[in-house]
Amino acid sequence: MPRVSAAPAQKTERRSALEQRIMLRIDGEYITTDPGKTILEVARETGIDIPTLCAVPGLTSVGACRLCLIEVKGNQRLLPACTVKVEGGMVVSTRSERLDKYRRMILELLFTERNHVCAVCVSSGACELQDLATQLGVTHAPFEFRNPNLPVDASHERFIEDPNRCILCTRCVRICREVEGANTWEVGGRGINSNIIADLAEPWGGSLSCTSCGKCVQICPTGALAVKGRATGEMTKRAWNVTDLNRMRGART
Amino acid sequence: MATITINPVTRVEGHGKITLHLDSDGQVNDARLHVTQVRGFEKFCEGRPYTEMPAITARVCGICPVSHLVASSKACDDIMAVRIPAAGDRLRRIVHLAQTVQSHALSFFHLSSPDLLLGMDEDPAKRNIFGVLGEHPDLAAGGIALRKFGQQVIEELAGDRVHPHGIVPGGMQEPMTAEQRDAILMGIPESLDFVRRSLDLCKGIGDRFTDEIETFANFPSLFMGTVARGGELELYDGDLRFVDEEGEVVADGIAAPDYRQWIGEAVEPWSYLKFPYFKPRGYPEGMYRVGPLARLNVADRCGTPMADEALEAFRTIDGGKVALSSFHFHQARLIEALYALEAMEQLLRHEDALDTRVRATAGVNELEGVGIAEAPRGTLIHHYRVDPNGLITWANLIIATGHNHLAINRGMLQVAQKFVRGDQIEEGALNRVEAVVRAFDPCLSCSTHAVGQMPLHLQLIGPEGAVLHEVRRD
Repeated sequence: MPRVSAAPAQKTERRSALEQRIMLRIDGEYITTDPGKTILEVARETGIDIPTLCAVPGLTSVGACRLCLIEVKGNQRLLPACTVKVEGGMVVSTRSERLDKYRRMILELLFTERNHVCAVCVSSGACELQDLATQLGVTHAPFEFRNPNLPVDASHERFIEDPNRCILCTRCVRICREVEGANTWEVGGRGINSNIIADLAEPWGGSLSCTSCGKCVQICPTGALAVKGRATGEMTKRAWNVTDLNRMRGART
Repeated sequence: MATITINPVTRVEGHGKITLHLDSDGQVNDARLHVTQVRGFEKFCEGRPYTEMPAITARVCGICPVSHLVASSKACDDIMAVRIPAAGDRLRRIVHLAQTVQSHALSFFHLSSPDLLLGMDEDPAKRNIFGVLGEHPDLAAGGIALRKFGQQVIEELAGDRVHPHGIVPGGMQEPMTAEQRDAILMGIPESLDFVRRSLDLCKGIGDRFTDEIETFANFPSLFMGTVARGGELELYDGDLRFVDEEGEVVADGIAAPDYRQWIGEAVEPWSYLKFPYFKPRGYPEGMYRVGPLARLNVADRCGTPMADEALEAFRTIDGGKVALSSFHFHQARLIEALYALEAMEQLLRHEDALDTRVRATAGVNELEGVGIAEAPRGTLIHHYRVDPNGLITWANLIIATGHNHLAINRGMLQVAQKFVRGDQIEEGALNRVEAVVRAFDPCLSCSTHAVGQMPLHLQLIGPEGAVLHEVRRD
C-alpha cells in the first residue's frame, strides 16, 4: 500500500520543485536554477567565471574581497555575487567596463595596502592575487604605497605567517573554524589595522588550539601563509576541494 | 682647492660621480669616486625569513645576480648547518662559472673594448660597442655570443638569465638533465676558441697603451681573493688569501666566518660606499684590490691547462710575481673566462653530473652564517644573523667594488695627475679617468646596493672650492 500511495506524492514533490525553479539571465544567458543559491554559485555552475579572492566553495561566504561585484539590472549598486541570492527575473552582468575598473581598483588597493613583492615571494607563480592582477591587466598602482612594517610570525615549527602578504580574505579563519573546528585564527584590530591573529594574538607557535593541520596554509590565496623553509616561488598550494572535505567529514554537502 | 667632477661616470654599472681636487698650483691632489645612492638592503632585510635572502639580495644587481644567489645561499647553508649534496655543489659551481663568463664578456667586449680597440681619444660617439662592431665585427659579435652562452647556461640550470631562482639554501632546486648537459657541452669549444683568440689580441694591445699601463692604478697594494686548499684559483668556495705588492702571502686560509678579524670597514662622509681595509695594516694603509687581477695575483695557479698556460704568460708582463697595473684587469678577465669554460667542462663531464640529489633540507641550526664567493668583480661577502625562528636580525654585505674603493680613488688620482692639466678637462683625459674606474669594472649599484644605471658627472674644483669645470653625460 505505501508503494501505491507514494507515487503521486513523489510526483507532487517533483512538480512543486520544478515550479519553484527560477529563471534569470547572466551575461545574456538564460539560466534556470533552484532558489537559495548565490549568483556566484549559479554562474560557476553555468561555466561563467567571476573573479574572487575570498569565496571558496564549501566555506561560508563573507563578501570580504568584493572582487565578485556584479551589476543587476534595476539596481544602481554593485552587488557581491558570493553573498547575493538569485531571484527570478534577475538580469545580471558579470563583465563590464565599470566592473573591470572597480576590480582593478580593488587589486590596486590590495597591492598598495601591504607589501606584495612578487619577486621575492614564496608563492610567486602560484598566487591567486598575482594571477588576477595578470588577468585583469593591473600593471601599476595609482595609489600611494603604505609600506607597512608588519612583523613576520615564524614561531610555528612547520609554517610561517607573513601579514605583509595578507589580503584579509579570512579564508584561513573560516577553514579553521568551519572545517578543522580549531578556531585558531581570528581577525584582530579594526579597519586598516585589522590583522589575522592566532588565538588571543599569541605567536602562532605557542597556540594551544592550532592542530598544525595546515589547511589554512593550503587555502591561503597568497604567500601570507606558507610552509617554512621554502625559497622564493617554491610554495605551491594544494588545490583543496573543501566541498569534498566536508562530504568526507559528513558535515554538509 | 679646485675640484673637477665627472658626473655621471659612464659604461660602468650603477651611478657615480668623480671629483678631482686641484691645489693652488693647478695640480690634482685628490680624486674621489662618490657613490651617491644608498638602497639599504642590509636594513630592510631585517625581519625577513632567511630563506628569502637569496632572492632579495640577488636584486642588488641584475648583472651578477648569480653571485649574490651563491654567496647568500652559502650563508643560508651555514645557518642550516648543512653540507649540500655533491651534485648540487657542482651545479652551483657551473652556474657560477657561467656567470663569470657572461659578466667578463660584458665587461671586456661591451664596456672596455671600445677604449682598447678604438683608442682612448676616439670620438665618444663612436667609442662604444657599435663602434667596435663597425671596426672589428668578428670580435664584437663573438663577445656578444660569448655573453649569450654564459647567460644561456644560467637560464638552463637556474631558471632565468636575470634573477634566476634555481640556487637555493641547501643546494639547487633542480638536477641537470642529460639534454641540458649536452647542450652546454656543445657550446664550450667555440667559446674557448674565441676567448683564446681574444687573449692573443689583448697581448698585442698592451704595446699601444704603455702610458695607460704605467698610470692606470699602477701602484703597490695588497690583493685579496679566494683560493682552493691547494692554492688554485677558486671562485665558489675558497678561503681568503692576501698577498702584498711583492707577491708574498701575508694572510692565508681565512675561512668565511673569520673575515671580520682581517677586514675592517671604514666610512667617509662623502660617499655611501664604505672603505674596507686589511685590518693588520690599518686604515687607509690597508688598501687592497680584489677582482680578476687580484685573483690571478693571489692564486698559485688556475688548475686548468689552457688557463694555466695563459697565466704563465701573464705573470711575466709586469716582471714581478704580481701584476700591479689595474690595466691588466682586462687581460685577467679573459684568462678567467678561459678558466671558467675549462672548469665548467670538467664539472659537466663528471661521472655523477646528473645525480638527482641536489638539495639538503634543514631548519635553523646556527644563528649566524657567512657566505663568500668570488663574484666576477671580486670577493662578495654575505653575513647574516637570525633569531631562532630564522628571521634575519642583522645583515652585512661587502661587495667587490667596496673592497676596491680605496684603490679606485688612488688609481684615479694617479691617472688624473698625469693627464689632467689646469682647470679644463680634455675629453681624452676625462675618458682616461673614467677608464681607470672601468678597469675595475665597478658595480656601483651593487656596492652600495644603490639603484640605477650609470651615467657620468665629472667636476673640477678649484682651491677655493668653486666648480671650475664640469662635464656631464647622461
